[in-house]
Amino acid sequence: MSDEEDLILSELNDEELVEQMYDDLYDGLKDELEEGVQILLDRGWAPYKVLTEALVGGMTIVGNDFRDGILFVPEVLMAAGAMKGGMAILKPLLVETGAPRAGRMVIGTVKGDIHDIGQNLVTMMMEGAGFEVKNIGINNPVESYLDAAKEFEADIIGMSALLTTTMPYMKIVIDTMKEQGLRDDYIVLVGGAPLNEEFGKAIGADAYCRDAAVAVETAKSLMARKHNQLTA
Amino acid sequence: MTNALSRLLETRDWLLADGATGTNLFNMGLTSGDAPELWNEEHPDRIKKLYKFAVDSGSDLFLTNSFGGNASRLKLHNAGHRARELSRISAEIGREVADAAGRTVIVAGSVGPTGDIMEPVGTLSHADAVEMFHEQAEGLKEGGADVLWLETISAPEEFRAAAEGFALAGMDWCGTMSFDTAGRTMMGVTSADMVKLVEELPNPPIGFGANCGTGASDLLRTVLGFSAQGTERPVISKGNAGIPKYVDGHIHYDGTPELMADYAVLARDAGATIIGGCCGTMPEHLVAMREALETRPRQERPSLETIAAALGAFSSSKDGTEASDDGAAPRRNRRRRRG
Repeated sequence: MSDEEDLILSELNDEELVEQMYDDLYDGLKDELEEGVQILLDRGWAPYKVLTEALVGGMTIVGNDFRDGILFVPEVLMAAGAMKGGMAILKPLLVETGAPRAGRMVIGTVKGDIHDIGQNLVTMMMEGAGFEVKNIGINNPVESYLDAAKEFEADIIGMSALLTTTMPYMKIVIDTMKEQGLRDDYIVLVGGAPLNEEFGKAIGADAYCRDAAVAVETAKSLMARKHNQLTA
Repeated sequence: MTNALSRLLETRDWLLADGATGTNLFNMGLTSGDAPELWNEEHPDRIKKLYKFAVDSGSDLFLTNSFGGNASRLKLHNAGHRARELSRISAEIGREVADAAGRTVIVAGSVGPTGDIMEPVGTLSHADAVEMFHEQAEGLKEGGADVLWLETISAPEEFRAAAEGFALAGMDWCGTMSFDTAGRTMMGVTSADMVKLVEELPNPPIGFGANCGTGASDLLRTVLGFSAQGTERPVISKGNAGIPKYVDGHIHYDGTPELMADYAVLARDAGATIIGGCCGTMPEHLVAMREALETRPRQERPSLETIAAALGAFSSSKDGTEASDDGAAPRRNRRRRRG
């Protein structure tokens, strides 16, 4: 593709630039994406508008292609890297400008499980959708989830497991929440390769999320329901 | 070839491998979140029992309790420095059980993924991965494993690193990947890709194939994908006994012994030589599989429809090997390239 012209991002109009940022995000081009974010901010776009229109739009495409088996984990992780770069610029500005918040989530892999690919994808997609996420990493005993959720004032607790030997631990976390009377304080989402919807129901989670894109959709709809309940 | 598995393969046209490790250990009291490998030392009697389940159910080959026995995984349990030792003990117990079987039973030293993502996308370097696999391989070799058995791998880089580590230990090996994402591995590897990957290695495995994943039907579609490439190398099929469900406080797989018996003969007909189960496959499943393999005649290569009718629907309509996917993948094309 050497015959293609080298594009100068700053010469594109807003619409073209946003389209181009979708592509750059899709291809995991961090430097280009960061440049795009900066250009839009310089043109007077509100940080929240950059997030929702440029980044969220781009991540939605990545999420859909991941869900449909067109993209796989390596490509999505590259996109995640680019997204992270863009978010690093936006995050402090979003806080400063008091942008609307979609919700707050604590996410981690359960005790005994080292795999964090899934939860990193979810973290990125959730942040891409405007949620604030505290990722507490791998190998989390029940206390880590509950302490982090309290400290972070989370709306959602997300648990991930990649092994059939570790997935039952999710039930221990949920049972402990029930014992301590905390279960209704949080939306509990679970995910991971060996899980399924029936498993999620059986252990008492609010939902099983097949992949990161589904996690975002589920979180949004359950948050909306939660708000409706509060105002009802 | 001087290893016991290659010799056995010369005399037989199918071998029965073993079933589940984790599921069986849970039934013996393993707590979720604890490292099964620590039991090699704390409860050798239970590990012996686990191996005996397989041998007494007719398995020709069983895997050692060392799946998570690499430094990266054991680190979670503050036992990262004990990878070699715990792997060695797992093989020692296996050697003892196999030698007392009264027939040839292969001790296959299980090696699972590190759990880390490799460079450049992740943080684990090739050199570190090779060293981790080498360390575990040496332990399994010292303990008397006949061959090494790499399983549940999703990244080609990790598969290559393990092969290199095994070469350093001078051990013959088998290797399987887990095809759990629309017929591909999590990292996007198709069955056809794996055949290519295996043949390009300087020390290719004795046998290769698929394990775990999403269910018996999907696994057999992957086996068909391997054999469609015309591989001469023995193909391994180790599928889960159905889908995991949570019943009365523990994980139960919904596949019956009858279903796994059908799965075993279909796997053989699809081109697999080493056939076993993975998660949820208990002794009663293995007994039914052995009986089916011994008594039912070979049939022609099953179609996808035959597989779905016998074992249930596939989790996805495609598995990435379709001709129409070549070159016409619906990926977005970049409109721009920067200098």
